[in-house]
Amino acid sequence: MKKWCSLALVLCLTLCLFAGCTGNMKEETGKVYYLNFKPEADSDWQALAQKYTEETGVEVKVVTAASGDYEQTLAVEIEKKNPPTMFQVNGPVGLTAWKSYALNITDSDIHKELISEDFALKDGDIVYGVAFVYEAYGLITNKKLLKQAGYDIEDITDFASLKAAAEDIHARSAELGFDAFTSSGLDGSSSWRFSGHLTNLPLYYEFTQNNVTAQPATIAGTYLDNYKAVWDMYIQNSATDPKTLTSKTGDDAVAEFQQGKAVFYQNGTWEYANATAIGKENIGYLPIYFGVNDEEQGLCAGTENYWVVNSQVSEADQKATLDFMKWLATSETGTMAMASGNMGFTCPFKSAKKPDNGLYDIVDQYLEDGKVSVKWMFPYTPNTDAWRAEVVSALSAYSAGTGGWELVKNAIVDGWSKQYQASHT
Amino acid sequence: MKKAKNVHSAAAITNRSRRRSMQRYSPLFLLPTVIAFGIGFVWPFVQGIYLSFFRFKTLRFIEFVGFDNYTAAFQDESFLHSFVFTVGFTLVSVLIINLLAFAVALVLTKGIPGSTVFRTVFFMPNLIGGIVLGYIWKMLLDGLIIRFLDSTLALNATYGFWGLVVLLSWQQIGYMMIIYIAGLQNVPVEYIEAAKIDGAGNWQILRHITLPCVMPSVTICTFLTLTNSFKLFDQNLALTGGAPFRRTEMLALNIYQSFYNNVTNMGVGQAKAVIFFLVVVVIALTQLYFTRSKEVQE
Repeated sequence: MKKWCSLALVLCLTLCLFAGCTGNMKEETGKVYYLNFKPEADSDWQALAQKYTEETGVEVKVVTAASGDYEQTLAVEIEKKNPPTMFQVNGPVGLTAWKSYALNITDSDIHKELISEDFALKDGDIVYGVAFVYEAYGLITNKKLLKQAGYDIEDITDFASLKAAAEDIHARSAELGFDAFTSSGLDGSSSWRFSGHLTNLPLYYEFTQNNVTAQPATIAGTYLDNYKAVWDMYIQNSATDPKTLTSKTGDDAVAEFQQGKAVFYQNGTWEYANATAIGKENIGYLPIYFGVNDEEQGLCAGTENYWVVNSQVSEADQKATLDFMKWLATSETGTMAMASGNMGFTCPFKSAKKPDNGLYDIVDQYLEDGKVSVKWMFPYTPNTDAWRAEVVSALSAYSAGTGGWELVKNAIVDGWSKQYQASHT
Repeated sequence: MKKAKNVHSAAAITNRSRRRSMQRYSPLFLLPTVIAFGIGFVWPFVQGIYLSFFRFKTLRFIEFVGFDNYTAAFQDESFLHSFVFTVGFTLVSVLIINLLAFAVALVLTKGIPGSTVFRTVFFMPNLIGGIVLGYIWKMLLDGLIIRFLDSTLALNATYGFWGLVVLLSWQQIGYMMIIYIAGLQNVPVEYIEAAKIDGAGNWQILRHITLPCVMPSVTICTFLTLTNSFKLFDQNLALTGGAPFRRTEMLALNIYQSFYNNVTNMGVGQAKAVIFFLVVVVIALTQLYFTRSKEVQE
């Protein structure tokens, strides 16, 4: 009796170990698992997934990766027994990395919903991804403060006038009670604005000049002097000591802008909700004038968010995922949700709703005025995180005066070829 | 007399047979742990070594590349630098932590009022997670460095180095102190009294009686601090993140970065991890061998 008891106990213990492994056996209907990239929109995605399940009975699971951890999370999740059926890549470079998992969606409905082929992520003629959000960044401007300093936003039409206004405001900051630029923080929560978004401008002008359409192995850094001029303007005309930039966060910059301590804040359409703290009517939006082709330059517009369907899941799941995407892009509930709340996306789909976002209105205005949007080139960056980390280190040293501009130049130009080599061998 | 002996041996026999019947079950009782150890340690370990010879991003698509990953690892300047940095950091922090922990333990075993309170207070930092500590100390140290040295942790690798030393010392001294206190309390009082009667001074007692008697604690503490410093990750990630220019990147962080920052091949990171494992094993075994040989057997 005792023997059997102890045997049973041991078996119990052993079984407990495997309790976590019991899998889901039914596989017929197909289900959706979306690995979301944007943490700020997580709760909205969860609600939307639930609505879809209520409407159609198809199970939708949305998991959100922590900020900056998408690649890691995806690499782990995709190995699991029930991997994401729908995930995101940031563009051509991201597609190269995840090609073995990307389904050919050339003939899908979602591809046909795109307003322009520019938003399809292709390799050759085959479409592997569709952009689902279209964003733009520039200098979010507090028009009220600008007025107090004696300028109209219309006065600022190029780099020279922007710089003149900024220097004037900075010189009188004690008397005015505010400064020109918010802190250009180089802490991880803020540095991407400069290592990613600001570096896009020299890349854009160089790439358009050379007709670059695929990831180049090397870059020349032709426009880095302009980059330096803009960076100098940012850090010299701000209340923040350039030496302390490494400890300044993204939240610091937002707070300075919201509290009316600075006029210009470099960020994008996704910051609209934060920017409204200064009053919707006071929000202006200027291109990051770069001193190359200021007359025609608009905001920096593009996307680094493409949906990809996992080619390694069952056909039923692939179909369910494509149906879900179509529903997001075309149904009343789907389009409404995508354009509101924390999503508030401007989607490049034919039946997409317009989000309540004043910054997008200004983006459209620039286009109507015949300005040319600066395309997003940073998705071409090889080993993005590693490349950016070096640029940030270099910018930090340069700004604090512990290193010369050469460091920044090397980090951008030599760093590019170094990371290209690393990711291609 | 005879009877008693019989009773004794009878009891021994039943005991022995009981033990033998129990022993038959030992594999069964060991099974859960063995399985857990196999799943959680042996299998990933073997697979890790296997994967270091492949070029891979996910386990579904792997491509054999022989020793290419190892070559790439040794050619990576940042890996070699992080190795040197880690060795330097380990030497300094092992010394500082053990000296201070031993000193604090000595003071707190002298019977000063409130010793228990102090012991608890010193032990507390050990209960806080490394990431949290890293961020808190980053704020504290940056505040001081900006104010008095006109720089920040992320700008100057020297400050980064000492910042890490301060942080790890603060965290680990309390823990090592507890181990030393346990050791000190086990030093036989008779030895010390005898030495006093023979006219030994405090220093002589410490040097020739206390220290040899607490050698087992020294072994444990150096082993723990050595491996902890060598494998340091959370604190490194949160305090400096390797800035500036990966100059304050320690081995574990370097491996992590090459694992996740390379979008196409994680194999190099895997190869580095295997090298790392070998180095840690060699260092730890050498250290154990040398300190063990100094321990006294009572």
